[in-house]
Amino acid sequence: MKSTFDRALPVISGVSLIGAWYLARLALGEEQKFLLPAPHAVLLAFRDNGPAIWRAAQNTATGAALGFGFAVTLSFLFALVLSLSARARTGFYPYLMVLQMTPIVVLAPILILWVGPGIKSVVIITFLICFFPMVVNTTQGLISTDRNLVDFFRMCKATRRQEILMLRVPAALPYFFTGLRIAGTLAPIGAIVGDFYAGNSAGGGGGLGYLTIVFSSQFKMSALFATAVASCAMGFVFVGGVVATSWWALHHWHDSYSKADT
Amino acid sequence: MSTQPPVVTFKNVEKRYGGGPLILDRINFTAQRGDFISLIGPSGCGKSTILKLISALSPVSGGEIVVEGVSPEAALDEMFFVFQEPTLLPWLTVAENVAMPMRLRGTQLAKRDQIIAKSLALVGLAERAGYYPRQLSGGQKMRVSIARALSLAPRILLLDEPFGALDEMTRDHLNEELLAIREQQAWTAFFVTHSVAEAVFLSNRIFVLSANPGRLHEEIRVELPYPRTEETRQSPAYQKLVGEVSKLLRSVERLRDQNAPHAPASA
Repeated sequence: MKSTFDRALPVISGVSLIGAWYLARLALGEEQKFLLPAPHAVLLAFRDNGPAIWRAAQNTATGAALGFGFAVTLSFLFALVLSLSARARTGFYPYLMVLQMTPIVVLAPILILWVGPGIKSVVIITFLICFFPMVVNTTQGLISTDRNLVDFFRMCKATRRQEILMLRVPAALPYFFTGLRIAGTLAPIGAIVGDFYAGNSAGGGGGLGYLTIVFSSQFKMSALFATAVASCAMGFVFVGGVVATSWWALHHWHDSYSKADT
Repeated sequence: MSTQPPVVTFKNVEKRYGGGPLILDRINFTAQRGDFISLIGPSGCGKSTILKLISALSPVSGGEIVVEGVSPEAALDEMFFVFQEPTLLPWLTVAENVAMPMRLRGTQLAKRDQIIAKSLALVGLAERAGYYPRQLSGGQKMRVSIARALSLAPRILLLDEPFGALDEMTRDHLNEELLAIREQQAWTAFFVTHSVAEAVFLSNRIFVLSANPGRLHEEIRVELPYPRTEETRQSPAYQKLVGEVSKLLRSVERLRDQNAPHAPASA
């Protein structure tokens, strides 16, 4: 049972951080103060740039959700194929690694030339960032099914389809959700980075990454901080959604949730 | 001598995994309907392998196995395996776990609920039907595993150290329950165990295996009358038999140590 003090700790640390922020500003010289806007100035920047930040956040969220959705769907199907064949794993894994190891800053210009700047590039970049952890975790889950459970299904004369759908897929769910959590954390970051390199303001399509470039070029530090806060909030919403889905799927049977129930 | 055809026949059965050493060497026996056969012997003597061969989970390397007059693959409907671990599906409830073999083998939906209730009642877990495996104790999980096996009304039950991980009291209790269930469902049982007391209590036949490679060293007939209860364990005849089988097992283990491929010369 948490004490009142324990429950208040996040608030206390938050207030302390804001206090430290003000103190840090006091330590700066007058000509440097613009580098660290005061917390209330950030709030004012939200008021002044609210519609622009909100629209950019929506665009980034769309890019993140689409890239993440494609990555989850395709990675699951790809993992299913990899799990069925050790040869497929041996053949494809090195190229998955290549995909993961290639920096986005290198890929972004190529993608822009291929599909043009804007939402398409952002979705592809988010997809590329999310795909690898999803494939690796899901494949590992699908091939890690308890040997005795596989034997049990064979004793029951289960078909290959039954073995996959009724045993291997549910048994792989904890691994799948581990990948989903990693990808869920990466998706908003991927969309913002993608937007930073490949974003496009045409038709109001620029996201938070693009807005960062705009505010940065105008030396609007308070607005930049407000954009950072908005990015962070969006990440929390995204990860919160993934965590809630994971809880919904696993809490009634998986040991990782046992403490919450007992 | 029984006039009924044997339920399981092993004819010169040999087993090796891949190009590895011989695990089982010329195993010959027949099991009659209603036999409760325990397999005991040192680690690595191939006790569990015998169960895997009967259940077609692993193919023989030599010789022949006949189950109910056909090959093990063709006789899968006649038998079921209870593994060392409960092997329950953690994402399913107790009732759904018991139903799983019936779902996979296509048992009519209308019959399932009745069979689930009956099977769970047999192992005393009718009121736990809606629980998830992680809400059960080790002994309860194993009971569900047995109920799941019994739901298919198998004629042959293969049990691979099902109570090995349980404390002695729970194990004794489950041994008695297993025999009580057998009074109602006359299956032939093959039971792998490391416990001599358990083997003597449950079986009418005990196969003592030697290792390196696994051979059927000796068969012991247990003439103690059924039903067997706690009183059976107190009886001098039971205790004498436990002593004799233990002594035999020790001699087989000594033999294994002598035959071990890397035994030091001075040993």
